[in-house]
Amino acid sequence: MNPVNYVYLAALLFTIGAAGVLIRRNAIVVFMCVELMLNACNLAFVTFARMHGGLDGQIVAFFTMVVAAAEVVVGLAIIVSVFRTRHSASVDDANLMKL
Amino acid sequence: MNSLLGLLIAAPLLGAAVLLLGGRFVDRVAPVLGSALAGLSFVLGAILFSNLLGKPASGRAIDSDLFTWMHVGTFKADAAFHLDQLSMTFVLLITGVGTLIHIYSIGYMAHDEKRRKFFGYLNLFLAAMLILVLADNYLLLYVGWEGVGLASYLLIGFWQHKPSAATAAKKAFLVNRVGDIGLAVAVFLMFTTFGTFTFQGILHPSVVSSAGQGKATALGLVLLLAACGKSAQVPLQSWLGDAMEGPTPVSALIHAATMVTAGVYLITRSSAIFNAAPTAQLAVVCVGAVTLLFGAIVGCAKDDIKKALAGSTMSQIGYMILAAGLGPIGYVFAIMHLVTHGFFKAGLFLGAGSIMHAREDEVDMRKYGGLWKKMPWTFATFGLGYLAIIGFPGLSGFFSKDKIIEAAFAKGGTEGWILGGAALLGAAITAYYMSRIMVMTFFGKPRYTTKAEGGTSPEAHESPAVMVAPMVVLAVGSVFAGGFFSLGSRFLHWLEPVTGHSEGHSPVSTGVLTAATIVLMLLGMGLAWFQYGMREVPAAAPRSIWPVRLARRDLGQDDFNHAVFVRGGTRFADGLAEFDAKGVDGAVRGVAGAVGGGSSRLRKLQNGYVRSYAFSMFGGAVLIVAATLFMRAV
Amino acid sequence: MTALQLLAATGSQNASTGEAVQFWVLAVVAVCGALGTVLMRKAVHSALCLAATMIVLAVFYFAQGAYFLGVVQIVVYTGAVMMLFLFVVMLVGVSSADSLKETLKGQRVAAVVCGLGFGILLIAGIANAKLNYFAGLGSANAGGNPEGIARLIFTRYFWAFELTGALLITAAVGAMVLTHKERIEKRKDQLDLARERVRKGEHVTPLPAPGVYARHNAVDIPALLPDGTPSELSMLPVLRERGQERDVSGETVHRLAELESLTDRHLGREPKATYRPGKRPALPGQGGGEALAAEPDRPEIEGGETS
Repeated sequence: MNPVNYVYLAALLFTIGAAGVLIRRNAIVVFMCVELMLNACNLAFVTFARMHGGLDGQIVAFFTMVVAAAEVVVGLAIIVSVFRTRHSASVDDANLMKL
Repeated sequence: MNSLLGLLIAAPLLGAAVLLLGGRFVDRVAPVLGSALAGLSFVLGAILFSNLLGKPASGRAIDSDLFTWMHVGTFKADAAFHLDQLSMTFVLLITGVGTLIHIYSIGYMAHDEKRRKFFGYLNLFLAAMLILVLADNYLLLYVGWEGVGLASYLLIGFWQHKPSAATAAKKAFLVNRVGDIGLAVAVFLMFTTFGTFTFQGILHPSVVSSAGQGKATALGLVLLLAACGKSAQVPLQSWLGDAMEGPTPVSALIHAATMVTAGVYLITRSSAIFNAAPTAQLAVVCVGAVTLLFGAIVGCAKDDIKKALAGSTMSQIGYMILAAGLGPIGYVFAIMHLVTHGFFKAGLFLGAGSIMHAREDEVDMRKYGGLWKKMPWTFATFGLGYLAIIGFPGLSGFFSKDKIIEAAFAKGGTEGWILGGAALLGAAITAYYMSRIMVMTFFGKPRYTTKAEGGTSPEAHESPAVMVAPMVVLAVGSVFAGGFFSLGSRFLHWLEPVTGHSEGHSPVSTGVLTAATIVLMLLGMGLAWFQYGMREVPAAAPRSIWPVRLARRDLGQDDFNHAVFVRGGTRFADGLAEFDAKGVDGAVRGVAGAVGGGSSRLRKLQNGYVRSYAFSMFGGAVLIVAATLFMRAV
Repeated sequence: MTALQLLAATGSQNASTGEAVQFWVLAVVAVCGALGTVLMRKAVHSALCLAATMIVLAVFYFAQGAYFLGVVQIVVYTGAVMMLFLFVVMLVGVSSADSLKETLKGQRVAAVVCGLGFGILLIAGIANAKLNYFAGLGSANAGGNPEGIARLIFTRYFWAFELTGALLITAAVGAMVLTHKERIEKRKDQLDLARERVRKGEHVTPLPAPGVYARHNAVDIPALLPDGTPSELSMLPVLRERGQERDVSGETVHRLAELESLTDRHLGREPKATYRPGKRPALPGQGGGEALAAEPDRPEIEGGETS
């Protein structure tokens, strides 16, 4: 088996995640889909690290994880505070981003 | 002497300032102060004149550079004055006649509450007119030009409580503005062509010819436009008749003797330009010939004594313009006629004013008649002025007008015949309408009933001495000025260094012409006597044949202006408004609407849903990936 | 050193058969998990599916020689992040499910089309890239994978590492700021609450307790009003919605009558009292029985209670 299949898998997961972001309305699920996309990237990075025989790809994946963790913290805090005021976790209910 | 030149203008300017700014504190002294300052100006002019006479004929000029007016880069304009024989002539005429009319006004305006303003305006006019004739460059001349326009406007509308006076003032101002644009354009053209405004820098045959024939013609035509506006020549003549709404001294000074002759001054002063532009000269003589007939015909039909005299003024200035357009043959005679006309026309107007003064501002000649007995002094002075204007042998008009007719014939060719014929015909008509005025006013039976006889009119009486004296002086001028000037060609020799002169060769001998003039004059007089002296003059104007009716309507000048300019202008403005509303505004609104419509359609993309925005991002990412792959594949 | 490690360590064009089997099995799981994340209606299910995918990815990291990352993936992602997700899901409403109706017209179709296009493009791009040679991590992991990563992090990526630290601190502070609720008004005391209640004009008194007498004190039995009808106020609305209400109004009266007769019999006296529900004696000086209907009173027993 050619390890490039990992990259195909990463592309597939990424695409599924992107489609999920567009389709789902529950903000939490949207967030999960974003995490899925990040994870797909991480998989690609790890695979590329193996491909190149260096650890830099893994380092980048590591950083991605850190950033993702930070993002989750802030994002979920936002969701909670939005839910508190609007009693809804649907991204479609927050449609004030227009004139 | 140089400082006297500034003082000459400063005197009336000071008078205007004091009288207009002084408020009621100077009310009492206004007439005396105004007249005294005008007199002072005349005295200064006389001193300067004697000074000029003391110099050799070729170097008779005084320059006075007061200060640098504007200096920007290569553009330089000085407030500088230049006194030569031509401007000297004007200075003496303006200050002399001006002083006389100031004195006359003391009596004429004695009962007017706004005397102070009146004398202030008169002084302002004198100052502006002096600036006009003394300026040594066209820019300063333009200042004087606008100044006299302003004074004219203010004085025509002096009795602004009368709507007719206010309207007449506005009309004069507007029509003059058309001419002023001509002068403004001329000034612009001079600056772009010659880079200077000064007479010295421009008015030299070599300089003008260096600009080329086309430029010279263009300059001549715009200068002619300016002259037409100020001197009430066809086609800008319509304001002069209405300008008679002003007080009669104003009509005498501004609208007969001085301001309206500014156009003649302008053309004579710019002789170098006109000499280089035969086409412009042709236009000038055409304007002159048409106007002299136009004014004369209008003068025949008017029953209003002042309007009849205004028509006469227009006609006489037409003579001057005609003479000025003839070139070096005519310049001197144009100015000579201007001066003699200044005398007799001012005298005639003052006489008319005297009659109005006696008849409580009645101007309809049909309500005059038989006044010679009641107003002997007025009759005498008016009569002398009358004889002068119709060219009675030996009087002023005879010398100056004959010369013009002669010069017109001397132009040569068909042109000469046409112009000379027009001038001759004009002389005959002049004799007719002036005799008509004379007869209707002074002879026959009185066509009014005095209060003593149970009517409404006051008894006519002679005017006070303060009014009669100037009339007498002017009458003396009317009688002798022409002869004095012509004797030994004095005037010719005086003015020749400035304007140049060449003798023309008339195809008709001088004697024949003189005889013809006299015969035509007698014919005109006889016809008028036959029409108005032999028969009873009807109290109301009879309905006459259409040419007379047309002449009464100023030969349709106002109808023409109304039809062409007012209605045409209105229609043009309407069209522009339409274009503005539909075209310009339409385009602007259309663009705005298109942008607005497009934006509101685009706005639907921005629906506030995060997922929709995320979709845009994702779609963009897809496109970028596709483009990248495509580029790599290619 | 396991076999997996050895497999991953060798640089070659092909992974071992074991890894291939593992990949194909787990890849299916991962894709199913991802699809589940997207397609499950309930957020909890989505979270669980995502956790499964993440664990699979952790295994893939192990298989590819990224041991440190594999552990971090499990500890941080599957452990901490997913738990945080679940926590918030619980907070926001565990049962909240997306409605099936799509609010944005065409969004779902467009997303699917776009996603398909993107996937095809990516896969075509990868296939076009001719990624055949794999160097393997043999030499890089020679001193141990965590050691190798540590060496890089604290040398070449030191600044990035420090910045991520700062980022995490910022994120933590940000989360606190976002969720912190400042009290901007005085805390309401009992008096304020009472006033508010009176001002609202509803239920000034405490709600009646459920249950009837001492016999039925269960929350699913509404209290009875004096006329024997059940009081709706005494019961949780949820229970009524669920249809778990137990009405004992008929039974109570019946039991009471039974009790009376039993007592009479026991005392050996004639039953002279008759219970008439809803009917009460008119008291002197008062308008009538109906006016007192709302008075909280126990059912009156008409009879000769003269003693």
